[in-house]
Amino acid sequence: MAEMEIIETTSSGETSFSRRNFIKGVIATGAAVSSSGYVLRDGAEAIAQSAAGSVDRLITLNVNGQTRRVDVTKQETLVMTLRYKLGLTGTKIGCDRAECGSCTVLLDGVPHYACSVLTHNVRGRLVTTIEGLEQADGTLHPMQQAVVDEQGFQCAFCMPGFIMSTVALLNDNPNPTRQEAAQALSGNLCRCADYEKILTSVMRAAEYTRRS
Amino acid sequence: MADFKLIGKDFSTPDLVAKVTGRAKYAEDFRAEGMLFAKLLSSPMPHARVRSIDTSEALSMPGVEAILTADDMAEVEAPNEAGLTNEPLYEGEPVLAVAAVDEATAAAAIERIRVDFEPLPFCLDPLDSLRPGGPDARLDGNSVVDGEMTTVKWTDADFAAAVDGTLPMGEPTDQWEFGDVEAGLADADLVLDETVFHQSLSHQPLETRTTMAYWQNGKVYVYPSVQSTARAVGPVARWAGVSPDDVVLVNEFTGGGFGSKISGYPQLVFPILLSKKAGKPVMMRVTRREENFFGRARPGAQGRVKLGVRRDGRITALDLFVIQDGGPYGRSGDFLSTGRIASLAYQPLSMRARGVTVFTNTPPRGAQRAPGGVQCITMLSPVIDKAARQLGIDRAEFLRINAPEGQAEYNERDGSRVNVSSAFVKEAIDKGVEIFGWRERQARSGQRRGSKVTGTGIALSTYSGGSSGYDGLAVIKPDGKLYIQSGVGNLGTGSFADTSRAYAEAIDMPWEKVEIAWGDTGKHLPWSASQGGSQTTHAHTRANWAAGQDAKRKLQEIAARDFGGSPDDYELGNERVYRRGNRSQGMTYARAAQRAIALGGRYDGHELPDDINAMTATSARALAGQGLMGVAKDNYGLGGRTMSFVVGLAEVEIDVETGEVQLVDYAATTDCGRVLHPANLGGQILGGSIQGFGIALSQKWVFDRRWGLLVSKRFYSNRPPGITDIPLDRPMKWAAVDEPDPFTPIGSKGIGEPPVGAGAGAVVCAIADAMQAVGDGYFHRSPVSRDMILSEIEKLPAAHGRLTTHV
Repeated sequence: MAEMEIIETTSSGETSFSRRNFIKGVIATGAAVSSSGYVLRDGAEAIAQSAAGSVDRLITLNVNGQTRRVDVTKQETLVMTLRYKLGLTGTKIGCDRAECGSCTVLLDGVPHYACSVLTHNVRGRLVTTIEGLEQADGTLHPMQQAVVDEQGFQCAFCMPGFIMSTVALLNDNPNPTRQEAAQALSGNLCRCADYEKILTSVMRAAEYTRRS
Repeated sequence: MADFKLIGKDFSTPDLVAKVTGRAKYAEDFRAEGMLFAKLLSSPMPHARVRSIDTSEALSMPGVEAILTADDMAEVEAPNEAGLTNEPLYEGEPVLAVAAVDEATAAAAIERIRVDFEPLPFCLDPLDSLRPGGPDARLDGNSVVDGEMTTVKWTDADFAAAVDGTLPMGEPTDQWEFGDVEAGLADADLVLDETVFHQSLSHQPLETRTTMAYWQNGKVYVYPSVQSTARAVGPVARWAGVSPDDVVLVNEFTGGGFGSKISGYPQLVFPILLSKKAGKPVMMRVTRREENFFGRARPGAQGRVKLGVRRDGRITALDLFVIQDGGPYGRSGDFLSTGRIASLAYQPLSMRARGVTVFTNTPPRGAQRAPGGVQCITMLSPVIDKAARQLGIDRAEFLRINAPEGQAEYNERDGSRVNVSSAFVKEAIDKGVEIFGWRERQARSGQRRGSKVTGTGIALSTYSGGSSGYDGLAVIKPDGKLYIQSGVGNLGTGSFADTSRAYAEAIDMPWEKVEIAWGDTGKHLPWSASQGGSQTTHAHTRANWAAGQDAKRKLQEIAARDFGGSPDDYELGNERVYRRGNRSQGMTYARAAQRAIALGGRYDGHELPDDINAMTATSARALAGQGLMGVAKDNYGLGGRTMSFVVGLAEVEIDVETGEVQLVDYAATTDCGRVLHPANLGGQILGGSIQGFGIALSQKWVFDRRWGLLVSKRFYSNRPPGITDIPLDRPMKWAAVDEPDPFTPIGSKGIGEPPVGAGAGAVVCAIADAMQAVGDGYFHRSPVSRDMILSEIEKLPAAHGRLTTHV
């Protein structure tokens, strides 16, 4: 079946991102456009499934301020698109079932589990991943810097998810209490249970945010 | 020596920026050109025989490239695990693996493979198997002794003797006795006899055991999720059927393991062998569901504890019997370590330890943070607690009365009497009592606030804290920087970096000038301790200190050659080696590195010490000629067994209407020798303790008893603690005694193991303390679930037996 191209008119996305965010996104994702699907590549099964569905596959996403054209199957989750089509492996799969939060990304600034969001549903929305936080000059986001300064987390497999949830928290509430921080991060699981240093890092990040 | 510049100071480990930016690559983040994906066909039943497999339809599918079955596995002797099997011994055990161009195709191929399974009898509870005529988990027996499969059955009389739900005690397969336990019990003013239970526990690392592998020019390149680097090479080589020299292993970052990935696991060979068959790279993404089946677990325990105590609080006798839920393969030593840890922590004047391990058709067991130690502390702390309470002795004081001191003796797993290198346990208890405000808090015990009742608890935990005899290797290059090689692995403890500080400290090298190579055997790493069992802090501060001393000596010798006098006339500082009293006679490290290259021989690694490991020698030869090489084996002596200690103190509130337990506050103190890196130490102590909270309160398996199927396969049904489960009113405190072990350079001991038992033990004792106001409160069973608390409060019969497994 012939594929029909869809060019998204992402009014909220394309008009609102700043030049800094755009450059940031290019830096973060620039080298990774080559991977063209792996897990859901065009094997016999994938082709059969997509032919039956007749859903348009080539779509445009706004990821970390960058416009990305990507071929997406109808059943594809955002975390698979990010990791296997866009080369953004910072977003981790811990459970693939909305239990652990390792795959947390921001959609229009709000944390979502990327394992439980269909990629087709994020057209027109601003997707931010862990790779999109560092500035072009290498300046880290306050939460990233706080984690480095506090020696936060242990194995850090959960860390990208926790950091994304914290970024959203601090955008809403730059002065959270420990309880408020814990509530905001309660959708993220750290199996090393380094929660004490995580909370200390969040409080430090809040301090950096207020100062800047 | 106490005047350290780096040891004991906080710093950020060099892996952190990669982690916070998402650049850190874990196993599933690697890609290789033409990479295939693997999927597994796993047993749908707990015990079965595969009668036939028909793969013809799958093999004819476009995109299917290779199929691996049990016939492709290296042969292993019972009771060991091959990886793929034609007699699955637990639900979810892999039977075959398929590699295809993408995962959807591999999954579809699995659906088209027809496997004829013949169901076989299964066993979920060791006690069922020990009964006369009871089911056995394996066709070749239900236990293993001295490597031989055997069948252990107790008599009807053994079971009849156990009245009121107490543990039956038939003939054990393992036992030792120290002193005269019967006499010790006779001497006691108080004797307790308790039946105790500890659940089996999945490790649940957040990164599943995913592996990517490919072959190139006869070598296998493997990107696994394993804890160790150097020590994973041997097992991978064995499973892959190649020489260790033909393995390149990359694991710069590993998403947790807790003992389940120490040096590998048979399942990681699937992508390696599929890749060999298909001639293409293969990625095997292990799902969370699969991880719950073959991701290892801590053995459960059904036990009985007889404790004799004098009026003054001294423990005169401890008689321990443990039936271990051993899973389907191997022989976990947990049930033996339970006795060993009790012997050390409580220093009984006499002790007997007896036990038997029994196979069950439940997920395979493996080491989990303090194997046997956690079971010991979680099961015995409430018994100790109860004895103190009945004798009217403060519970912290009771632990102190019986605590090990100095080079205290204890019984090893085989019963042999050995001694520890050092123990500053009384100091740790005193510090815990102080920072937690233990005495003041006692007034709150049993106090009611609305529907909440308060309780406090304390527990002492201990476990092995290090090994020795490994190698250190590093080079000062002409750019003036120190390049340290670390083969330990990086699962998040940070010890690859923390222990490197010992080398830099030895030659007074500023940390900014240090680069560490780790997590890639292609980078020429030395022979190292396993990244497990709290070994590395002790083992590699020693090895790096030894190699650092070698570098120091070489710097002094080079300076003496150029400026005269004896090497001892030279000292180090400000990245220079210079003559004492005449700083102008000396040179920079950068210059010394150039001189080392010019001199060759032992100075730049062309001649190596005879006693270093072959792996270290190979790596050192690859690095020879690049600068001044410090390389040495740790030949330092030992003062005994290296053991670390943690004291946990908890305050909980129990809601008597809902049965919910909330941690109000928690503190922990440690004797782990000299503090190496405070931030990482705090992370280990409190993180480990919180894992203990999960053991005390929420984590367990539930099996469908009729079909032998695991019901609690996911995080929400086998729930580890979340961030709102910790005390949130104020930060949790921790502190270290910070007394160096006098028998090891630097004096640091490992700390990964003992916090878990401290956290679990303190919480179960705090629950008992709170429950004194409303009932007996000693459940002697973990986890303490809400229904157990409510049944106790309402005086209702418990929903299940005291010893029932997996409910």
